[in-house]
Amino acid sequence: MAISISQTAAQHVADQLADRGHGIGIRVGVKTTGCSGMAYVLEFVDKLEVGDQIFEEQGVKIIVDPKSLVYIDGTEMDFVKQGVNEGFEFRNPNAKGECGCGESFSI
Amino acid sequence: MALLQIQEPGGKIAKPLHRLAVGIDLGTTNSLVSASCGGGVETIPDNGGEHLLPSVVYYQKDQPALVGSEAKALLVEDSMNTVASIKRFLGKSQSELQAEHAYLPFEFDPSRSDSSPAIMTADGSKDAVQVSADILSELVQRAETCLKGPLEGAVVTVPAYFNDAQRQQTKDAAQLAGLKVLRLLNEPTAAAVAYGLDSEDQGNVVVFDLGGGTFDVSLLSLKKGVFEVLATAGDTSLGGDDIDHIIADWLAAQMHEAGQSETLPKARLLQLANSAKHQLSTQDTVQIAAAGWTTELDNKKLKQLTSELVRRTINTCRRVLRDASLAIEDIDNVIMVGGSTRMPIVRDAVAEFFGKPPLTNIDPDKVVAVGAGIQADVLIGNKSANSFLLLDVNPLSLGIETMGELVEKIIPRNTSIPVAKAQEFTTFKDGQTVMSLHVVQGERELVADCRSLARFELREIPAMVAGAAKVRVTFQVDADGLLSVTAEETSSGKKAEIQVKPSYGLESSVIEEMLQASHENAQADMETRSIKEAQLDARQLLDAIANAIAIDGELLSEIEVQKLKGAITALENIMISGSSVEINAATEALNLVSSDFAAKRMDLHIANALRGESIDAVEKQTD
Repeated sequence: MAISISQTAAQHVADQLADRGHGIGIRVGVKTTGCSGMAYVLEFVDKLEVGDQIFEEQGVKIIVDPKSLVYIDGTEMDFVKQGVNEGFEFRNPNAKGECGCGESFSI
Repeated sequence: MALLQIQEPGGKIAKPLHRLAVGIDLGTTNSLVSASCGGGVETIPDNGGEHLLPSVVYYQKDQPALVGSEAKALLVEDSMNTVASIKRFLGKSQSELQAEHAYLPFEFDPSRSDSSPAIMTADGSKDAVQVSADILSELVQRAETCLKGPLEGAVVTVPAYFNDAQRQQTKDAAQLAGLKVLRLLNEPTAAAVAYGLDSEDQGNVVVFDLGGGTFDVSLLSLKKGVFEVLATAGDTSLGGDDIDHIIADWLAAQMHEAGQSETLPKARLLQLANSAKHQLSTQDTVQIAAAGWTTELDNKKLKQLTSELVRRTINTCRRVLRDASLAIEDIDNVIMVGGSTRMPIVRDAVAEFFGKPPLTNIDPDKVVAVGAGIQADVLIGNKSANSFLLLDVNPLSLGIETMGELVEKIIPRNTSIPVAKAQEFTTFKDGQTVMSLHVVQGERELVADCRSLARFELREIPAMVAGAAKVRVTFQVDADGLLSVTAEETSSGKKAEIQVKPSYGLESSVIEEMLQASHENAQADMETRSIKEAQLDARQLLDAIANAIAIDGELLSEIEVQKLKGAITALENIMISGSSVEINAATEALNLVSSDFAAKRMDLHIANALRGESIDAVEKQTD
């Protein structure tokens, strides 16, 4: 069970955490929503919850709740530029389909 | 997948919904698209990092149109199927185009009328709207790939000097490309927005726009952050292309003088001229080599060659000042727009005339697109609407033909738009019941000298002695500079109103016919529609009753059956040939006759449903 993160993504996470001034790391998870069923959650973490798993990769802490982990196990997190847009991208081996807008995915 | 940003825990900060809207500068030589992304509005490059999309389209048989630099590369090789500078064709008739352009590398479709010219290509004949739409589609695709989503709207810029016909065709092209036009924006206004001049207190700004094919000078007045276009003047057929032609002609003459027997094709000469012109913006001398022959061109010679053209542009500046009743000293800023303003000759002439260096720090090719993008962002609702307010101006007077083929101007040129103005007219002859209205655009006194926009008729004017009828004609120009005209006879309330369609693309006789047809057939069309509706209602009832008889026919007595059948037959007969009123009456009659039957059926079915159930059970069900 693991989540990995690219060096670029890790750098951006570290920078954004530093800008924010506080926080343990980032939470990666899933919630049910969107047209294909599930959407990723990406947020700062100030407090750990019971059962949270912590993966330390490239110097940043990635925190995942156990329920989400089964959906995103093996996911690689990257930071990419697409034209004028930039942000984090998840490459999830478990995802079988994505909706047109890419906001949500199905297993 | 969509790119994600790190959110605050619990998603406290809701992601603001950013609606995608772009600004499009549909240019004669190059086109651009811009959008707001994060911080500011920027032009969007293609995959190769190119921001400018050459406004050139290449047509092949049964293949999608090729737009941009790939098409431009084929300009020499296959000039018949490669369409460039199409913006010059918008809203023009074939005879106008042929008079304006001594040389056109393609052929017109002979089956088209003079007023709706189309170019013959390997992929069929293409008119200016279709070619422009192909360019717009390419830009839309570029924007949607980059912004990752469908566009909700666009602001498309047009030269301030564009007349209604040209504006309408620009809008038509956008529509054909599947774009929702939030607004057509005058190019100079967009440039002033891009320079953020709305943040200044006040001042007068001249926008000098020398693009590839159009030339505009506009005088904007800025008061408390509000732009008003005081005056515009220009020439829809003057630009960098003309400079290319001048250099090309000079080259041809030089070659001839040098005793060169071999002549180069015009398109090749233009290519050489264009590249020489570009080099002369950064260096003083340029070597031109072709077909084993070399010559030299410097800025001094170029200045001499283009002196007439530059003088024309300065005269236009003078005219704008005169129109706005302002002196050179009143001008606070001069903005340079369009690739041709990179030419030192042009910059120097403008600086000399206005006595101050013009603003050139925003790329003159991108400045209009950026302004349009800013405006699009405001209009789609991503920014507060009060961040700025734009007033545009009507570029040419709009008026109506009166007796003696004279023009009565209703909205004078340089009036701020949107605007509505009305004027009263009367009948010319005793007992006159029809008044023909001819809408024209232009500054001249005679109709023949102005541009005909549309004709329509006000009919059913009550017969009176000449001069007694009062016909109020209202001209309304909306924010896009498009015109609608209403004529109303005030004593009878008879009204005729049209959205004026420009006469180009449609002959005025065709417009007249269409209008007449729609007026004459309006009554018939309405009746046809109401008959159709009545027939549908009748059919529905007949089907329902036939169905009911099949199921519960035994509930009816012989007399009742006879009555019902009578009403059914009556309705079936009248349905075929009756008027809507007759059909509705027969439907109503059948409805009435069948109401007892319906009541009986209802009783029966309720009884059936309740049979065997105790009152207690029924009450429970309804609880």
